[in-house]
Amino acid sequence: MTGLLRHHTLSVVVENKAGVLARVAGLFARRAYNIYSLAVAPTDDERFSRITVVVDAESAPLEQIVKQLFKLINVVKITELAPEDSVERELMLLTVRTSGGQRSEVIELVDVYDGKIVDVGHDAITVAVTGEPSKLDAFEELMRAFSIVELQRTGRVALPQLERQAPRLRAVSGKVG
Amino acid sequence: MKLTGAQALIKSLEMEGVEVMFGLPGGAILPAYDPIIDSSIRHILVRHEQGAGHMAEGYAHATGRPGVALVTSGPAATNIVTPLCDAYMDSVPLVAITGQVPSTAIGTDAFQECDTVGITRSVTKHNELVMNPQDIPRIIKEAFHIATTGRPGPVLVDVPKDVLQQTMDWEWPDSVDLPGYKPNTKGHPKMIKEAARLITGARRPVIYAGGGILKARAAEALRELAEITGIPVVTTLMARGAFPDSHPLCLGMPGMHGNYTAVTSMQKADLLIALGSRFDDRVTGKVSAFAPDAKIVHVDIDPAELGKVRRPDVPIVGDCRQVIEEIVKAVKALGGAEVQADRSAWIAEIRQWQEQFPLHYEQSWGGDGSDDGVALKPQYVLECLRDSTPDDCILASGVGQHQMWASQYWRFEHPYTWVNSGGLGTMGFSVPAAIGAKVGRPDRMVWSVDGDGCFQMTAQELVTASAERIPIKVAILNNAYLGMVRQWQEMFYDERYSEVYLSPDLPDYVKWAEAMGCVALRVESPEEVQPAIDKANEIDDRPVVVEFRTDSSEKVFPMVPAGSSNDDIVVGPVPGQDVRQ
Repeated sequence: MTGLLRHHTLSVVVENKAGVLARVAGLFARRAYNIYSLAVAPTDDERFSRITVVVDAESAPLEQIVKQLFKLINVVKITELAPEDSVERELMLLTVRTSGGQRSEVIELVDVYDGKIVDVGHDAITVAVTGEPSKLDAFEELMRAFSIVELQRTGRVALPQLERQAPRLRAVSGKVG
Repeated sequence: MKLTGAQALIKSLEMEGVEVMFGLPGGAILPAYDPIIDSSIRHILVRHEQGAGHMAEGYAHATGRPGVALVTSGPAATNIVTPLCDAYMDSVPLVAITGQVPSTAIGTDAFQECDTVGITRSVTKHNELVMNPQDIPRIIKEAFHIATTGRPGPVLVDVPKDVLQQTMDWEWPDSVDLPGYKPNTKGHPKMIKEAARLITGARRPVIYAGGGILKARAAEALRELAEITGIPVVTTLMARGAFPDSHPLCLGMPGMHGNYTAVTSMQKADLLIALGSRFDDRVTGKVSAFAPDAKIVHVDIDPAELGKVRRPDVPIVGDCRQVIEEIVKAVKALGGAEVQADRSAWIAEIRQWQEQFPLHYEQSWGGDGSDDGVALKPQYVLECLRDSTPDDCILASGVGQHQMWASQYWRFEHPYTWVNSGGLGTMGFSVPAAIGAKVGRPDRMVWSVDGDGCFQMTAQELVTASAERIPIKVAILNNAYLGMVRQWQEMFYDERYSEVYLSPDLPDYVKWAEAMGCVALRVESPEEVQPAIDKANEIDDRPVVVEFRTDSSEKVFPMVPAGSSNDDIVVGPVPGQDVRQ
């Protein structure tokens, strides 16, 4: 993931209703904003889901993206998560060819990166690695020396860093209040 | 109380105070049409669903109340997409209800099925597909709440046929609960003070009043602000009527076809007070060259408008009426009229522009009783019409040259007397919008000013007007061309006229109008204009269509060529000089 400085992570709390993801995705398409990655999952409150979206702030000013998102009736709250003030994680599944006695070498690297081998074949293994996106970038780069068969990343999910949450959490603008 | 979904739908509309709706039945919406027979709501049967949408818009423009359209699924839903987009662009409160195929058939490519909520998602403020009849009252209440509050806009509710047929326990919700929708109406006090400070100190200020003034019912507040500060006001295409044209501080319409004074005063201003306006490209011209020396106070209910085009020095999110009233208070607290900066030089400069560069056209008259070859000028028609109608007459316009001339030459004295399609620029808007306005304000005279190209797009709604005894009057400015396109081809495409000729005689507008149950008149010379208008004004039991055969070479001036700076405004053709660029 290069050019991270141009990317901003938005944590968008939305009502957990049919079609809400389409509204968010449609807004990005309609306004010509680029999405770098997108992850959606329910929150602890079943009425709401959290969309973690990494946007390209080159395509439009972040402020405008946030304001347009707020106009969606089902969007409840938006928080911008600066990388230094948040905990970010991403999961990668990667199948790599291990023929010709490369298996142990791959396993060694997986160990270094706290990865898990989740599937083993005759001449390939599938590994799962979680961590900060930059860590996954590095691991991906190392695996290129071998032959990558398939690779899937989830896109990042993020939450504000805990002990500094109150002062550092930056609400871009609030609908409430 | 057990009701069917259809009964609950109609009852919900009654609970919302709906008096009239515009629609056309069909398969999927059929169940909803049965309880209409017993309802207090007047239903107006349109001839095309686009007509229903524009009528609902015209109704909303004229009354301030939300317009309601009721149509079926599939092609009916796609036909209403244009009015939805139009209403979205111009912030018109609208509730559209569409039928949908039975919920069990959704996704199977059933007869007259389309993904209505998918198609309309980007042209509505919000939309909902109802999957449970129990939800109908809540969703309808939410729809009206969303359509009419904050920045108004269209809301669509899509109801599958089986949901209309199933029974539910009627319960009307006391309130709406939308955790993600809480429009902020009250401006920030600090920003309001700062705005008042800038206003009081500005030497060359202009109030840039937009359609938001009308949506917020803020015309009186605007007038108070202008009068206490003595600051001149430009009214955008969407704000015509928000400030009386006869007021000494009114500069009229700015923008691509705005008058010289309105355009230039903004260019030279040191402060623009943008109230419910959105720095549209038709107003700003080339943005980087727009009002280069001006500080900006920008008031809008929609936070996304602040900084979208031009970064404001003082951004204020809030309801225009409330914020303007607060600004007036803050200005008074600073000392009011007495402490305003000296603007005598500014006002003198403005007066000089007004004198030097008024709107201009020339109507020639044939001598010796022969009118052959004397072209009727559209501006002359509009001036006669203006002077022959009461000043609370509602004028509904289509889109193109006639729209610009109407906005330029009419004298708007009251808010809600001008109905037009500004943002989307929808040709064919005028006739159905005029019908909707007349339904909402039967006490008012309603004139539609239309072009021949526009008229052909939605004229069938005159059948609706005749059948429902809605006596609107239509002035077709027939110049036999798609006039605005012709103007661009003349000025910017080297007079290469490509596919713009429509013919003055085909269709025969008089026969066509008569076939639709209207009284029809044709005017070909300047002398015939006044008698025809007088005759049309006397008829009040059916629609009237007056076809004016106007000069096809007449162009709209002033003009700022697209993409140019507003400094490069072309005031008009100079005799002997080529207007081509």
